[in-house]
Amino acid sequence: MRAIERVARARDKNRPTGICYINNIFTDFVELHGDRRFADDKAIVGGIALLGNIPVTVIAIEKGANTKDKIARNFGSAHPEGYRKALRLMKQAEKFGRPVICFIDTAGAYCGIGAEERGQGQAIAENLMEMMSLKTPIVSVIIGEGGSGGALGLAVANEVWMLENSVYSVITPEGCASILWKDSQKAADAAECLKLTAQDLMRLGVIEKVISEVSFNKVYLNLKKMLTDKIEELLCVDKAQLAHQRYMRFRKI
Amino acid sequence: MFNFKKPRNELELYGRQKTNKVPTVPDEMYVSCPVCKNALLFSDMAENANVCFKCTHHFKMNVRQRLNLICDGDSFEEMDKELVSENILDFPEYDKKLNFAKLESSENEAVVTGVCTINKHKCAIFVMDASFMMGSMGCVVGEKITRIFEYAIENKLPVVGFTVSGGARMQEGILSLMQMAKTSGVIKLHSEVGLLYITVLTNPTTGGVTASFAMEGDIIISEPNALICFAGPRVIEQTTKQKLPPGFQKAEFLLDKGFVDAIVSRAEQKEFITKMLKFHRRESV
Repeated sequence: MRAIERVARARDKNRPTGICYINNIFTDFVELHGDRRFADDKAIVGGIALLGNIPVTVIAIEKGANTKDKIARNFGSAHPEGYRKALRLMKQAEKFGRPVICFIDTAGAYCGIGAEERGQGQAIAENLMEMMSLKTPIVSVIIGEGGSGGALGLAVANEVWMLENSVYSVITPEGCASILWKDSQKAADAAECLKLTAQDLMRLGVIEKVISEVSFNKVYLNLKKMLTDKIEELLCVDKAQLAHQRYMRFRKI
Repeated sequence: MFNFKKPRNELELYGRQKTNKVPTVPDEMYVSCPVCKNALLFSDMAENANVCFKCTHHFKMNVRQRLNLICDGDSFEEMDKELVSENILDFPEYDKKLNFAKLESSENEAVVTGVCTINKHKCAIFVMDASFMMGSMGCVVGEKITRIFEYAIENKLPVVGFTVSGGARMQEGILSLMQMAKTSGVIKLHSEVGLLYITVLTNPTTGGVTASFAMEGDIIISEPNALICFAGPRVIEQTTKQKLPPGFQKAEFLLDKGFVDAIVSRAEQKEFITKMLKFHRRESV
């Protein structure tokens, strides 16, 4: 399949969004709101839930279910307060020894006046730094679009997995094509060059797993099993070692 | 009356041209300041650290000029100079762009790293170069910055970094994005052992560099009027169809919003950095 087709599937309107994963994989989810500094960003949903019988902190970027919801959630493009809320919940998870699981699906961190005024770059930078040393397991799963810094801001994890038809890229194919060839119509070529499919990233050693998409019910079941196994494994690892292993994961790239 | 009369023959024309002639400087010897339009001689500019005499506009500076301005004498020792980028993803035209960038900048990559003394304080330093693919961050930039921080951790040194960047280098795809995480990781390790990191943001610092090591300093200062942002103004205007307020994303705007500690002009940078290094001096070293 061509890379641009994967991009189309990753962006498909009918694709399940972050909240579907929370509802289908975990039980007893309780949402926790706000970054305690400015606002509650609805593009990022976070809270505590049970994975089997393990309490975990779950954070998901949510694109929204219908038009009204999509607008409320800013189409899954988070503002700085979204990243700061995520970090607050991760620090809380660290305090109580809870593992962190992130679901990523965003075209990118929001670019707008408010986002810049409140330090989008600084918010993401802080997440990268703090997630790197977090003394609790982190697993991130890219379920649709993994848009650049906005995705990485939740993907500094011990393992990063991708769904078969998800993409993860430094820039959108359209953006790349318009910068390089001054022609956003060449997005298909750009998508090929950028090596942004799950399969490419697996080959490049940037992710640990590609999750096949036969049906999404199967995906939820498989993910529940895989996440449980991985989290149980990581919970046995010494906390300082967890942070070290996470750093080494990126150090080798 | 004569001034309004058309010349009737060559001789008259020649005479008038001659009388109107003003002293001129060849084009290649001067530059016009984009802010105050003042014409500046290159030779005078270089003596003034590439700053306009009239309006103090800070022009671009290359790595070597920057090092000369900040480091003591010839105290700078370069490290990892031999690291050069490869076209790992086989991205079209990337080889050509790399070659051109090397010629254009006379450097091997968009960042130069090493150790130096600043008013006798030993420190690790990195300086980015806008003339090398707009200071974009690929694997080698990420690796050189990571190594200089590792060296600083090992030798208990503070790090001073000058940023200028268009962001992550898209020709290296996801691997360039990963450099943001890698550099943030090593900066965290440097921070955890109590060492100082000062960043000096210069025009322009954007994208993935803003969203990683540029914004991770203990002390963050900026040159006056520098553009500092995550998403660039043009992208924001196109996406939101909103008119941006004057001065948006400039250093003064960031100071106002609380994202930089101070705006420090080129003339005062060495003194400022020296003070910071002095405050954080470790007696044991």
